[in-house]
Amino acid sequence: MSLTNETIQQKLTEKFGDQLTNWQEPYGMLTFTAPKDLNLKVLQFLYDDAELRFQFLTDLQAVHYPDNKGAELAVVYHLHNLVDNVRIRFKVFADVAKPDVFSATALFSAANWMERETYDFFGVNFVGHPNLIRILNVDEMDYFPMRKEFPVEEQTRVDKDDEMFGR
Amino acid sequence: MSRPVQYNNTIKFEGIPEGYMGEGFMATNLEKVVSLARKNSIWPLPFATSCCGIEFMATMGSHYDLARFGSERVSFSPRQCDLMMVMGTIAKKMGPIVKQVYLQMAEPRWVLAMGACACSGGIFDSYPVLQGIDQIIPVDVYVPGCPPRPEAVLDGFMKIQELVNAEGLRRRHSDQYKDMLAGYGIQ
Repeated sequence: MSLTNETIQQKLTEKFGDQLTNWQEPYGMLTFTAPKDLNLKVLQFLYDDAELRFQFLTDLQAVHYPDNKGAELAVVYHLHNLVDNVRIRFKVFADVAKPDVFSATALFSAANWMERETYDFFGVNFVGHPNLIRILNVDEMDYFPMRKEFPVEEQTRVDKDDEMFGR
Repeated sequence: MSRPVQYNNTIKFEGIPEGYMGEGFMATNLEKVVSLARKNSIWPLPFATSCCGIEFMATMGSHYDLARFGSERVSFSPRQCDLMMVMGTIAKKMGPIVKQVYLQMAEPRWVLAMGACACSGGIFDSYPVLQGIDQIIPVDVYVPGCPPRPEAVLDGFMKIQELVNAEGLRRRHSDQYKDMLAGYGIQ
């Protein structure tokens, strides 16, 4: 019997019940939202279960929704079951004032650098990460560039003519 | 017998500087001789980062040969090079490295900024990109373009040659030069 989205959803709701919300299937890929504190439990369950076997972390990223007050930063995990070739996505939301999310490094080594990149660009603080420092940007940077709070252009340029650029 | 040369037989020779010639010797101006030697044997350091690096590879190829200007020996060692050609986008994180390589070069040294990104940040007017390498090192010739055609690179190289020719032997010891370097924070 192949692993279908219904089976996965059923197993997850058996274990976690109503805490997992917002079930969707954009382009056939099952997507759900979990509360912030449960992210490691959900990941561990998906990893350990004999039928689910989501043992490959494809991607770990964040999205900044400035209009979602109280849940601005969404951390998105993409998991892949290599044996049955099934992918799922799950999201956790965190408040931008206190963006603490448990680190998945203990479970997936790939999460190490992906969490550093997410920290570098969005400021999500991964609790329990062995070395949470900036990875791609300059170390002295004190803001998080991919949050939608900053202007696109480089601010230190003095040679741009405001008239020509419509300002 | 060998076939006579039919093409490329109007080769231009570099002029010999004027001087007093005699039997087995020639007395001339040292500056002229040194400049002549320097300008025709510039060894570049290709600091190639992005697309302009590929364009440089084309320039070094046989069609747009850069080696005929004397830069046959291209090396990545700053200790042995005269000209640092910075080709490609330099991120802010790469900035200190460019500066480090520049500092390791021995005098006399020249810098050629190739491409829009090295000249001024190019189309990447954004937080990670250094808006022009002249924010960290002094640049002699800027070659604009995205990427510049190999002919443009050769033109820039020829301008470097003119600079080398006109420079003179004392410039690197002058106070003006030292002040300019101090402006970049280089001793």
